[in-house]
Amino acid sequence: MADMKVYFDNNATTPLHPEVKTEMIAAMEVFGNPSSMHAYGREARANVDAARRKVADFIGAHEHEIVFVGSGSEANNTVLSLFVCGTSQCIPGTRMRSTIITTKIEHPCVLETSECLAHRGANVRFLDVDRYGKIDLDQLDSMLGDDVGLVSVMMANNEIGTLQDIETITKMVHERGAYMHTDAVQAVGKVPVDVRRLGVDFLTLSGHKIYGPKGVGALFAKKGIPYCPLIRGGHQERGRRAGTENTLGILGLGKAVEMRALEMDAEEKRLLELKSVLRQGIEERIDDIHFNGHPEDSLAGTLNVSFAGAEGEAILLYLDLEGIAVSTGSACASGSLDPSHVLLATGVDAETAHGSIRISMGRESNLGQVEYLLDVLPRTIQRIRNMSTAYIKGGCHVAGR
Amino acid sequence: MLQAGEWAYSEKLKEHFMSPKNILQGDNTDDFDGVGMEGNLQCGDQMMVAIKVDKEKEVITDCKWKTYGCASAIASTSILSEMVTGMTLDQAFHVSPKDVAKELGGLPDNKIHCSVLGDKALRAAINNYYIRNGMEDKVKEEQAKIVCQCMNITDHDIEDAVLEGARTYYELQEHTKLGTVCGQCKDEAEALLEKFKHIHFGA
Repeated sequence: MADMKVYFDNNATTPLHPEVKTEMIAAMEVFGNPSSMHAYGREARANVDAARRKVADFIGAHEHEIVFVGSGSEANNTVLSLFVCGTSQCIPGTRMRSTIITTKIEHPCVLETSECLAHRGANVRFLDVDRYGKIDLDQLDSMLGDDVGLVSVMMANNEIGTLQDIETITKMVHERGAYMHTDAVQAVGKVPVDVRRLGVDFLTLSGHKIYGPKGVGALFAKKGIPYCPLIRGGHQERGRRAGTENTLGILGLGKAVEMRALEMDAEEKRLLELKSVLRQGIEERIDDIHFNGHPEDSLAGTLNVSFAGAEGEAILLYLDLEGIAVSTGSACASGSLDPSHVLLATGVDAETAHGSIRISMGRESNLGQVEYLLDVLPRTIQRIRNMSTAYIKGGCHVAGR
Repeated sequence: MLQAGEWAYSEKLKEHFMSPKNILQGDNTDDFDGVGMEGNLQCGDQMMVAIKVDKEKEVITDCKWKTYGCASAIASTSILSEMVTGMTLDQAFHVSPKDVAKELGGLPDNKIHCSVLGDKALRAAINNYYIRNGMEDKVKEEQAKIVCQCMNITDHDIEDAVLEGARTYYELQEHTKLGTVCGQCKDEAEALLEKFKHIHFGA
């Protein structure tokens, strides 16, 4: 129906990089089990280890500190679950430190795991965020006591793109004797990430957010930090994650980070320019809007904007009919009935959360696509507002028009 | 490989979303004989229905609307406006969300609540017509009291759910979707649940 295809949902997932595709096609021939001692196994082992070195190099880690996992969600579950071990053998001293601190804007895989851990006896505290989605370091300081075992703060938010100062947060956490984890799934490959500079004990990354395959991620676990596997029953990943290695996915991830190292700097500059055009264009052409997220400390390709009087799922689907793919924080587009927990945490009202869309650009995004969106979006919003109760006599936005 | 799958919605719903019928143009409802509005923007859905009535026959001759909401909310108000045009006021008053969903070719479970506001707004418009024309005696106020504001669930709905088999708060939520948004109605709903269980089943 629509001539133009615009994929502006790169925070949800990304297309494979052509080089990754080539690598994975070749990797399909490598079928040996990396645990086998024969030639087939050694071939697979050599390639998995090479991919491990690429991932380690990319984030400044040692190769032994990289654990390949099935997803970012698995990595996050693994780290959080470490801290409710009933025995004191795995994590010495953590029984005395059974409190976990995280934020209200984490991915559901952290939030829901935290809630589950609370049922299993852990104390979980949630940090507030300000209107831009930044955590309050004073609040963190006030929460950090001798009871805290782990602090988990996401580096870049998936919905609004806001970046946290992980380096400073980690220093505070370590001064108080707790461990630090960051979910960097949206940050790795988009902004520089060096685990030594950040100082973190654990860091999560994922393949499919950075033009690699789905079904593979990596957990950085600092050497010497206590560890306990979530999935047991095998010696793979140095006993830290059982299950025969996903050779195809791991090799894809290795190539993906290799390509990120080559492309990410120039891409960030390009995406910042595109975002500036997009932001300015939306501001000029549509009234009653609200930008969500931090104006500067934010992912280059992510722009989250709310339209008063227009519901997000309707916006998403009308754009879909015109060939444009975005996502929304509206309740109606998700399985639940609640609008985005991230937007609500930034203090916006429910209507603003319902009326939000997230535009997330990536390496294949270009100016022509931005201009096409800027052409389609104003008439889409106009069309929805024309049938909306928000702008009729007695409607809640009438005074503002 | 398969091509992009169909939407979560029926073709009929998609058609009404793509080309909604009977949208009220502008915001002037002065020419209409009855106007009603239900829902609110914070909950994600709001619908307004305006009707013109043949006063001799008490038949709806025109039905226009405005909706703030998702695709199924837009489509269900659109199809409702077509369904009720030509109906008598009495027939129109008894159009239920189930009738609307059926006409749309079904709705996904989590979208049922998007279709319940249109018929409520329609009933409000019909009552508004009666009041404007000095027929207060015909006004069928919904005696039911809304318990869950977010999902528009009344004590009558709770009673129906109990009669249909709901015995626990969880089952009540499964039946009605009550308390699934803000959750503030839980205490009141639980009290009513106990009351109706006692009345009907002596439990």
